[in-house]
Amino acid sequence: MDNIITIENLIFEYNKGDESHPVRAIDNLNLQVERGSFTAIIGKNGSGKSTLAKNLNGLLLPTEGVIHVDGYDTRDDDNIWNIRQTAGMVFQNPDNQLVSAIVEDDVAFGPENLGIDPAEIRRRVDKALKDVNMGQFKKKAPHLLSGGQKQRIAIAGVVAMKPKCIIFDEPTAMLDPKGRAEIMSIIDELHAEGITVILITHFMDEAVRADRVIIMHEGRILLDGTPQKVFEQEELIRSVNLDVPLMVEMGAKLRKAGIDIPQSIITEEEMVEYICQYE
Amino acid sequence: MSIRVENLIHIYDKGMPTEQLALDNISFAADDGRMVGIIGHTGSGKSTLLQHLNGLLRPDSGKIIIGDTDITQPGVSMVEIRKKIGLVFQYPEYQLFEETVAKDVAFGPKNLGLSREEIDERVREAIELVGLDYEEMKDRSPFELSGGQKRRVAIAGVVAMRPEVLILDEPTAGLDPKAHKDVLNMVEEVHKRTGNITILVSHNMADIARLCDKIIVIDSGKLITSGTPYEVFSKKEELRAVGLELPPVTRFTETLRERGIDLAATILDTDTAAEQIAAYLKGKAK
Repeated sequence: MDNIITIENLIFEYNKGDESHPVRAIDNLNLQVERGSFTAIIGKNGSGKSTLAKNLNGLLLPTEGVIHVDGYDTRDDDNIWNIRQTAGMVFQNPDNQLVSAIVEDDVAFGPENLGIDPAEIRRRVDKALKDVNMGQFKKKAPHLLSGGQKQRIAIAGVVAMKPKCIIFDEPTAMLDPKGRAEIMSIIDELHAEGITVILITHFMDEAVRADRVIIMHEGRILLDGTPQKVFEQEELIRSVNLDVPLMVEMGAKLRKAGIDIPQSIITEEEMVEYICQYE
Repeated sequence: MSIRVENLIHIYDKGMPTEQLALDNISFAADDGRMVGIIGHTGSGKSTLLQHLNGLLRPDSGKIIIGDTDITQPGVSMVEIRKKIGLVFQYPEYQLFEETVAKDVAFGPKNLGLSREEIDERVREAIELVGLDYEEMKDRSPFELSGGQKRRVAIAGVVAMRPEVLILDEPTAGLDPKAHKDVLNMVEEVHKRTGNITILVSHNMADIARLCDKIIVIDSGKLITSGTPYEVFSKKEELRAVGLELPPVTRFTETLRERGIDLAATILDTDTAAEQIAAYLKGKAK
């Protein structure tokens, strides 16, 4: 298997005021992420998922263990720009990620810092804005856009760096339903173009779109597999105070009522088809 | 106690080229002990409406009558309004600023000019009402708490004002599933125990359907429909036309109905949906 990210025995600890009692946010974690895959990571606040994300592009460095991103060791200072260019990050609040007064300048900020030729930057910015359907807004001021539009600009800024992998850390948490839908369809498109996607989310209906779901709990991986396999573990998931997708809950209730609904059904479309064809 | 909003009109930039009718003749009422949901997509005028309810904006015309006071009248002081109506903004934890939880919660009541004893009592009561342990929390820094706890403390700061109307703008935005549930349970608990009128603004239609007695739908500054959750969510075409969705379970059962599955219209909870689907499928299997 061709892995873009490999994590071996990762331990991450941070100091909360008292250096003699570090808090262990990630506890001996091993993980490989296949090139071109779409992985959703879920877990409650404090489960270590955002800490993990920040370790993936060198914003945080392992306390122990090794992370390789496209072959680069994140602990090696000389690799940091290669790593940042390989694995881009999109955060929860676009306001914290936008830096310029004009949309296209903002998108150009990353490539400019890579020292790319201006003509190439122009091409990349136009392409990135087109990818997020924001081409017509390129001369606008970011602060006059909606939350969903701002988040799309933040994504364009990452896309313009031509990353092989994008890590989305709760990109829809602050958006309304329309903004959420826009961002999710862009994530699907980027994935279809071959970019490796890692999506950290609290929304189970977003997680079911991935081809792999990882549930984190107390700094460790609790479950890891296809959405179908993971969401079969309804009770375990609920025991760590997480939700399951609505159709997983519906399936369980129907099975309890004596209807034979396969556990592999996790989306609304699948459930509707199954019920309509039930004999 | 009741709140009555009558023919509220607000115009932004009146007389300027950018003039915009933000609230267009909005009227609604709610009585004691009611929980009212306000829904509308971003930019519909919800926030403008909320800012009127707590006196941050004055209407161009219309009335907001709390009990028997019209708070839009010039003689009514801000302190009077704030005593009656508490507004919890989105991400209220960004407004925490004091050294300790108790001091932060006390900030509002202090500004009401209450006695020391009265303030202490209200702070204790508010912290416990939002589901936190007063003794354990009072001396801690609000900044070292978890996201869900911070939000509770911020809400306690408004609850300590003992408002007759408590307005919450997206109180669960950005929280994880557990904190989401906890905060809503807490809102319900405060509502039941104080008997206040609670106005909940949310994009989460499942929460709105489950909690509210009455829903108001706003679009382009107009109140386009209102009623019980059942009444409002029965109007799915009307809601879709203004960019709003049904609660997920309702959307699911309505899709089944469109495909010819015989279920009741506008099912709002998963238990009823599962019961009806099971009954249908068992009937079909016979």
